Amino acid sequence: MIEAEGVSKWFDGQQVLFDITARFETGKTNLIIGQSGSGKTVFMKCLIGLLTPEEGVIRYDGRLLRNMNNNERRQLRMEIGMLFQGSALFDNETVLGNVMFPLKMFSPLSYREQLERAQFCIRRVGLEATADNKYPSEISGGMQKRVAIARAIALNPRYLFCDEPNSGLDPKTSILIDELLSDITHEYGITTVINTHDMNSVLGIGEHIVFINKGHCDWTGDDRNIFRSTSKSLNDFVFASHLFQEVKRFLEREAEAQEGQS
Amino acid sequence: MTQVFRTPDKWRVFLKNLVAEISKLGVDSIPLVIIISIFIGAVITIQMTLNIVSPLIPSYSTGLATREILLLEFSSSILSLILAGKVGSNIASEIGTMRVTEQIDALDIMGINSACFIVLPKVVGFVLFVPVLVVLSMFMGLLGGWAVAKFTTMLTVENYVYGIQTMFREWYVWYGIIKTFFFAFIITSVAAYYGYYVKGGALEVGKASTNAVVSSSILILLADVILTKLLLQ
Ligand SMILES: Nc1ncnc2c1ncn2[C@@H]1O[C@H](COP(=O)(O)OP(=O)(O)OP(=O)(O)O)[C@@H](O)[C@H]1O
Ligand SMILES: [Mg+2]
Repeated sequence: MIEAEGVSKWFDGQQVLFDITARFETGKTNLIIGQSGSGKTVFMKCLIGLLTPEEGVIRYDGRLLRNMNNNERRQLRMEIGMLFQGSALFDNETVLGNVMFPLKMFSPLSYREQLERAQFCIRRVGLEATADNKYPSEISGGMQKRVAIARAIALNPRYLFCDEPNSGLDPKTSILIDELLSDITHEYGITTVINTHDMNSVLGIGEHIVFINKGHCDWTGDDRNIFRSTSKSLNDFVFASHLFQEVKRFLEREAEAQEGQS
Repeated sequence: MTQVFRTPDKWRVFLKNLVAEISKLGVDSIPLVIIISIFIGAVITIQMTLNIVSPLIPSYSTGLATREILLLEFSSSILSLILAGKVGSNIASEIGTMRVTEQIDALDIMGINSACFIVLPKVVGFVLFVPVLVVLSMFMGLLGGWAVAKFTTMLTVENYVYGIQTMFREWYVWYGIIKTFFFAFIITSVAAYYGYYVKGGALEVGKASTNAVVSSSILILLADVILTKLLLQ
């Protein structure tokens, strides 16, 4: 479990995160949702320690991130897998090289075993063997995302962070990636934290949801009660698309009908 | 920046990267060094022949002066300025791109000392390889002068060869090499610094690489003055 308590972050005197308190549970897909520019990426970077919040504490299963010395921090980072918003694959390595990279740096495995593990991870995210020797610039955005996921899970992380795993992908591929993340999370009991602004993901894999609005944490809950929330900002976010406007009208009619009955 | 000079996490990976950098930064610069040195050597020889017309100055002075210019300044300082343009911008843009595409963050989050991992092989690789470039440049410059003697009637080959051997001081070659060690360090570390601390996007990467070339060129010139004072006095 990862806990954030009262996290605030400023950039050049401008406050971006306001006193965010949230909890991310083990073995579940935890979603951070919010509009573009609301501070999701900044919050995630604070969680993993790429940015240091000016106020607030972050705990990894009780271990305080701020109190860790360099060695403990390194240790923790080996337990973290991260999928960046732009994939962040190494340009000068092939697909296989990218996935093998963390293994090469940290695992005690022999070269053969590393290769097998890397290939296993690449197959696990649904990529063919023909992709192994291509460079990141030679594969599509969706494939890059998958490779980045494979790289993130290569070392069997305890914590998996994904910044917009399905932005820029078609709906079908998005769902595949969501399912993949959800499967991996449940299979290995990982604490997974996913940034997204895609309502499809929210309904598909939103086991625990943290809603961030302009740097404030306005609501937490799960995919079952997200439509029934009274938070205005959340309702604006949820019902922004045409499809969900329809859903909203339907819910309102249903409520009216119930009132009429009683 | 102190993070750069740490013991690498994995020596095997470091050595592999080192070899890759030597090939990319060093070996790939060889054609440029050859072409520039031959032409500058030739031009210096022509200039010297045209300017030394006094009967009081012995005719072998052309070769001698060409050699001194090459050994003392061209093959170390001027060559470093040229390499600052090629190698420096290459390093700054490569590391800058890694920064803006979050590849450096990805390294950090894996628990790798990214500064050391990316920068150290470049600095060490280029500093180790640069003497080869210097000596090559000296040799090619002299060859350029020889070509002028051979293919024109301005001076004779015997005269030129006698000139470049006269009053030869081995120390000058060492002086050139020692200077270039410092210059190579300046080029790589300044460029790496600019690249590593890029903020923003592709536009900033371009700016960083320009700034890296300008700053390292100025630093090279400053260091040249200081080193010359220290080494030749
Ligand atoms: N390095 C930085 N320096 C200054 N301001 C920043 C920095 N990074 C982010 N910000 C600001 O913080 C705010 C939140 O940005 P953030 O990247 O977290 O948004 P986001 O929720 O991830 O949006 P998106 O969904 O588009 O990725 C923005 O207003 C942005 O301008
Ligand atoms: Mg973002």
